[in-house]
Amino acid sequence: MAVKRFPIEASHILMFARAIGDPNKIYADPDYARESEVGAIIAPPTFTQASAQFDPDYFLRPKIGQPWFGSAKEATGIKPRASTGGGSAPSGAAAGGLHAEQHFEYHRPLCAGDVLTAVNKPGKSWEKEGRRGGKLHFSESITEYYDASGQLVVTARGVGVRTERVIEQKPEGAK
Amino acid sequence: MTLRASQLKVGDAREEVVIENLSRTQLVMYAGASGDYNPVHSDEIFATKIAGYPTVFAHGMLSMGATGRMLTNWVGDGRLTKYGVRFVAQVWPGDSLTARATVEAIRHENGQALADLLVVTVNQDGKEVVAGYACARLDP
Repeated sequence: MAVKRFPIEASHILMFARAIGDPNKIYADPDYARESEVGAIIAPPTFTQASAQFDPDYFLRPKIGQPWFGSAKEATGIKPRASTGGGSAPSGAAAGGLHAEQHFEYHRPLCAGDVLTAVNKPGKSWEKEGRRGGKLHFSESITEYYDASGQLVVTARGVGVRTERVIEQKPEGAK
Repeated sequence: MTLRASQLKVGDAREEVVIENLSRTQLVMYAGASGDYNPVHSDEIFATKIAGYPTVFAHGMLSMGATGRMLTNWVGDGRLTKYGVRFVAQVWPGDSLTARATVEAIRHENGQALADLLVVTVNQDGKEVVAGYACARLDP
């Protein structure tokens, strides 16, 4: 995702570390962090994913005054494209894409106080015949995160997959 | 807390329980922190009635982030040079995840000792949910 300004803030790191269930003090305690090898509060390895918060157009965040596809009065705020009317049959529009792969390269530790710029580069796309989900469409996206001095800090490569229909999968013990 | 190349050998492994009995609330926490508010992860009505899933399920990046906790607890903070995964299976509320890393190689690049790690995270039934790799800087 392309983001003009992604400020790396200690409170955001604290919330992110709690969300992934990581109690490491390097993410929360400035005194502990100061005595560490890096010498500052750093971001967890997957933190750059949260740059979505600073992408004004990120499509998976509700926007003020715009319809949102999650449930409210209705089960969805945007009618599925291929709805055949009634029932709970999944439709293509709602089935959506899933995250297939994520890769990071770290060029230096990312620290609270850094201000990054994210540049998006198109990657490859390819198709594969799925075992259960029909045709699978894969697409890759490469994001480079630069610091204020123009140095590359993190390179991220994500692969998304889109299926022609929802793959049936039940959680263990589901009725 | 850092790893030393002289004290590490191929085949050495580390395992850690990184999620126990995953709550739907943790999915909400991850949505809020990451900014990924896709309703399939937090909106039961949307996930079941519209998207056709049996219930909400975890962001792949939550499983990857939780797995990263095992990695940084082992190799030390700010020591990773690479970390990548494939999301092999979905993670559901109630799941417990155990992350494991195994040393595949210890090598030197421009005088820097590095460990290549194989990374696998399984659920309570031993089913792989995340599979990947990492590379970390070591002390001599």
